[in-house]
Amino acid sequence: MNEKKVTNPALEVSDMQAYQDVAGEVAVEDARVSCRDVRVYYGDKQALFGINLDLGSNAVTALIGPSGCGKSTFLRCINRMNDTIPNCRVEGNIRLDNQDINDPNSDVVELRARVGMVFQKPNPFPKSIYDNVAYGPRIHALAESKDHLDSIVETALKKAGLWKEVADRLNSPGTGLSGGQQQRLCIARAISVQPEVILMDEPCSALDPIATARIEELIDELSENFTIAIVTHSMQQAARVSQRTAYFHLGNLIEVGDTEQIFTNPQQQLTEDYITGRFG
Amino acid sequence: MTGVVLALAAVSFLLVTIFSSGYSAFWRTEIALTIEFDPKLMKVEPDATFDQLQQVNYLALFRKNLERAFPEVTARADRRELAQMFSESAPDLLREMVLADPGLVGARQVVSVLASSSVDMITKGNAPRDIDEARRVISDQQLRWLDRFDESGLLGSRFNSDFFTSGPSRSPELAGLGGAIAGSALLLLVTLLLSFPVGVAAAVYLEEYAPQNRLSEIIEVNINNLAAVPSIIFGLLGLAVVLNFFGLPRGTPLVGGIVLSLMTLPTIIIASRAALKAVPPSIRDGALAMGASPMQVMFHHVLPLAMPGMLTGTIIGLAQALGETAPLLMIGMFAFVADIPGSILDQASALPVQIYLWAESSERGYVELTAAAIMVILVFLVAMNLLAVLLRKKFERRW
Amino acid sequence: MTVYLVTAVLLFSFGGFFSARRKAHALRASGPIHSLPQYHGIRVALWCAVPALLILLAWTAFEPRVIELLVRSYLPPEFANLSEAEANLVMMEIRSLAAGTFGISSDQAYVEDAAEVFRSFQKISDYAMTVSVMSFAIVALLWARTGVLRRYRARQSVERSFNVFIFLSSLIAILTTFAIVLSLLFESFKFFELVPLTDFLFGLDWNPQIAIREDQGASSGAFGAIPVFAGTFLIALVAMLVAGPIGLASAIYFAEYAHPQVRNFAKPALELLAGIPTVVYGFFAALTVAPLVRDLGIAIGLEVQARSALAAGVVMGVMIIPFISSLADDVINAVPESLREGSYAMGATQSETIKQVIIPAALPGIVGAFLLAISRAIGETMIVAMAAGLNANLTANPLENVTTVTVQIVVALIGDQEFDDPKTLSAFALGLALFVITLILNVIALTIVKRYREQYE
Repeated sequence: MNEKKVTNPALEVSDMQAYQDVAGEVAVEDARVSCRDVRVYYGDKQALFGINLDLGSNAVTALIGPSGCGKSTFLRCINRMNDTIPNCRVEGNIRLDNQDINDPNSDVVELRARVGMVFQKPNPFPKSIYDNVAYGPRIHALAESKDHLDSIVETALKKAGLWKEVADRLNSPGTGLSGGQQQRLCIARAISVQPEVILMDEPCSALDPIATARIEELIDELSENFTIAIVTHSMQQAARVSQRTAYFHLGNLIEVGDTEQIFTNPQQQLTEDYITGRFG
Repeated sequence: MTGVVLALAAVSFLLVTIFSSGYSAFWRTEIALTIEFDPKLMKVEPDATFDQLQQVNYLALFRKNLERAFPEVTARADRRELAQMFSESAPDLLREMVLADPGLVGARQVVSVLASSSVDMITKGNAPRDIDEARRVISDQQLRWLDRFDESGLLGSRFNSDFFTSGPSRSPELAGLGGAIAGSALLLLVTLLLSFPVGVAAAVYLEEYAPQNRLSEIIEVNINNLAAVPSIIFGLLGLAVVLNFFGLPRGTPLVGGIVLSLMTLPTIIIASRAALKAVPPSIRDGALAMGASPMQVMFHHVLPLAMPGMLTGTIIGLAQALGETAPLLMIGMFAFVADIPGSILDQASALPVQIYLWAESSERGYVELTAAAIMVILVFLVAMNLLAVLLRKKFERRW
Repeated sequence: MTVYLVTAVLLFSFGGFFSARRKAHALRASGPIHSLPQYHGIRVALWCAVPALLILLAWTAFEPRVIELLVRSYLPPEFANLSEAEANLVMMEIRSLAAGTFGISSDQAYVEDAAEVFRSFQKISDYAMTVSVMSFAIVALLWARTGVLRRYRARQSVERSFNVFIFLSSLIAILTTFAIVLSLLFESFKFFELVPLTDFLFGLDWNPQIAIREDQGASSGAFGAIPVFAGTFLIALVAMLVAGPIGLASAIYFAEYAHPQVRNFAKPALELLAGIPTVVYGFFAALTVAPLVRDLGIAIGLEVQARSALAAGVVMGVMIIPFISSLADDVINAVPESLREGSYAMGATQSETIKQVIIPAALPGIVGAFLLAISRAIGETMIVAMAAGLNANLTANPLENVTTVTVQIVVALIGDQEFDDPKTLSAFALGLALFVITLILNVIALTIVKRYREQYE
């Protein structure tokens, strides 16, 4: 068993470098997002070394790995949030529905309307609950009338499982909600513009276990309609919500495969060390 | 501890000095005189027209009435001394009364006439009374008359509302701050309109947009240095560039406002940048991830949240600008302008400049006016600072 | 005239906004469009207003010069023989005549004619300006409106304008510095053409009023800046002797000893002190402190002049106390808690800790604060203008009166300004020297403070 597993001593030290030997199949049949040779640089420092990975339609892909392994950086490539970081440079080819998202002619605003994002810390706008959810439809001119906007907001809140709790106080500030409610509000905000893909960057790390359970249920429901990529530190969470799991280590994708297989029979020594808690 | 006490003692001493020498300027001494609007003295018919009434020599009317009231004063010099106890404005007062109510012609009425500055000082105790005649501001004879007025209850005192409405004057008892207040208001308006949008825009650029390169660094260093450049240098800049090079009209609130804006800009930029920094990046990320463009992120989220901080900085900057004197002197805002300025292209004065001019003038009657003007400017400053503090308290947020 | 034109352009611009927005709304009704209608509206409004207003601005800026040149070419040859000052006077007369100022008339016929020419040029210019500004606004509006198309990226276009605007705004700081340096240098050069640089830098006699040598002409005097600078530094020294210890002591008190309640009350009070206009301090110095110092001096048998350096310096010191106090307070607060705790752990008392640990640790920052305060004292104008002397006097005795750089600038520029007279120009040479000195002090101070901050971050 041990011989089969590949070890690469160079990756044990903190020096980042390219590591090409990925275990598992990176491509999937019905890929919504497909990334090839994605490299990210912060100034002179390279943070991602040629990542190849597909996100399947209406499936949840979990990205796991120790802190600083580049999984969040990778996630932020998919909606070009890395553009906002000075000195950050993204190379490689990322296609959404077979369209190059880094095409200089494409409008990043349209991309972000199609690829929603939920952040680690709930970050509702300091506005009313209604305005939080209505913001996206407003700036993208999705609603034809006030009634239409109302119904978009209601649908999004219902899908995020928040409608019952907030229906009677849509005009109170979103920042007044509890942590878990705030995060569901952020999810409602993200789905209000009918994105194709939702990126979640450790969405439960700031929440208590009960709120986390609610969000996990929600992710499961949402995966019927949306393509979801979730970065998580919790291996149990990855196992519970995702169909596919990708393991990142020091800027490299080490292994990708069905979640069950990754957690029961990892192909790489590094993956096994991580999921058995030997480091990370 | 001693340091603080010394410093606070200095402030208290300053404030007490100013207050004690200035509060009296808000009241004016008046002397009640019975004036007979005798048509014969006015050299008009009792049913004279408005135009004819305008032509009347009211100075003569006033003098003759004085002579009637004091028949025992006959010598020319004595009569002059007596007339000098009243403000020069007495004839104007009579004219206004008659023009407002032509029915007064032929009537007899008790009129409260403003006392001259010297009499005013003696009554208020601002000038010593029991000293040698040579050093006293009024003569022994005037003092005796004054005591007589006092005994017969003719002396009165009235709230000096003219102080806030009339312009500067060569006679201290008539001088007011109205022109200076209007000038300062126009100055601040120009300063606000120029420096607030530009300051906020510059702060937004430097904080949110500027790439990290040499140019941005130079801009930053420049702003920090500009904040410490002596104000008089900005005055020289205004003189050489705004007046001589661009040829804008001298001594106007427009020019003063431009110069003060350049001075206030660093304050506003620094405060606005701090306010922008305080807006958590997670809000920007959230909005960007929703597909908002950078400008939408600014206008929909960041600016509304940073606005209280920016306004606080702006108010503090304007408060500094309100007290600034030296640059205004350089660009000629010290002219003696009796009219109250109505537009930013009129010659005008400003509160601190008026304080300087009054403080420098040799007539003693201006001392209380200076102190009173200082009280007015301090009230404005305290109000502005309070507003800034309240704004900061009200919108203080923690995320 | 200009006001009406600006109003008209703005009205057109508003109209353009609504018309473009309506067109975009109509487009959206039949299918998705790239940009929100309001961005189409803003874009058209900007196109309509900005170029037209820029033309208007440029026109009003250059019109007087161009007209003057044209009018001069119409003037008879005797005009060319006039000196520059006389020529300017004639031009001023022509302008007033043309403006129809009441009570102005000229005895010279050619002046009247020139005024007529001036007036006709002005009329032509006004017409031309109105026509060109309005036609530009209309053409730009119509052209921009054709851009209201389904795929047109109006938002990006508006955003680019916004980016240009904020970038230009941030450049104003640099432009201001440039303008300061250039204007000071330019006028100073004119001054040094009249007065040799060495006389200015090393001369011991400053007396801009009186002619000392016949061949220098009636208006020139002595321009040796040493006594002026000596006076400036003397007053700044007195001020620092007052403000340094008191400011530092109160900063230490606030940072280390003060009960929060006392701090909450006393700190704003000190800041209020910082907000008092300097003209108020000047009045205070002249009215109260100067006589007080004089009486005290006489009481102990010293001869004190009425406008003594001591009185001005003391009041300036009071003005600077809050400045030093708040800067030093920040600096002391930046000393890490660990240093304090380390010292207490060794059994040191609070005053030992302050003297032997905190002050040495904060020293660079305190020095920086003092340098900034000195720079401020040197550049302060109103206190010295009202309480210090007007005549240069080379002395180190604070009981005598001395003058300062800023006072001499004020004296030179209040009253008649003539830009070919060394007295007026001397203000700019002094200003240049003042600017350089304060700039050096500021740069050193800011660098020290910045390094100090970084050290503890």
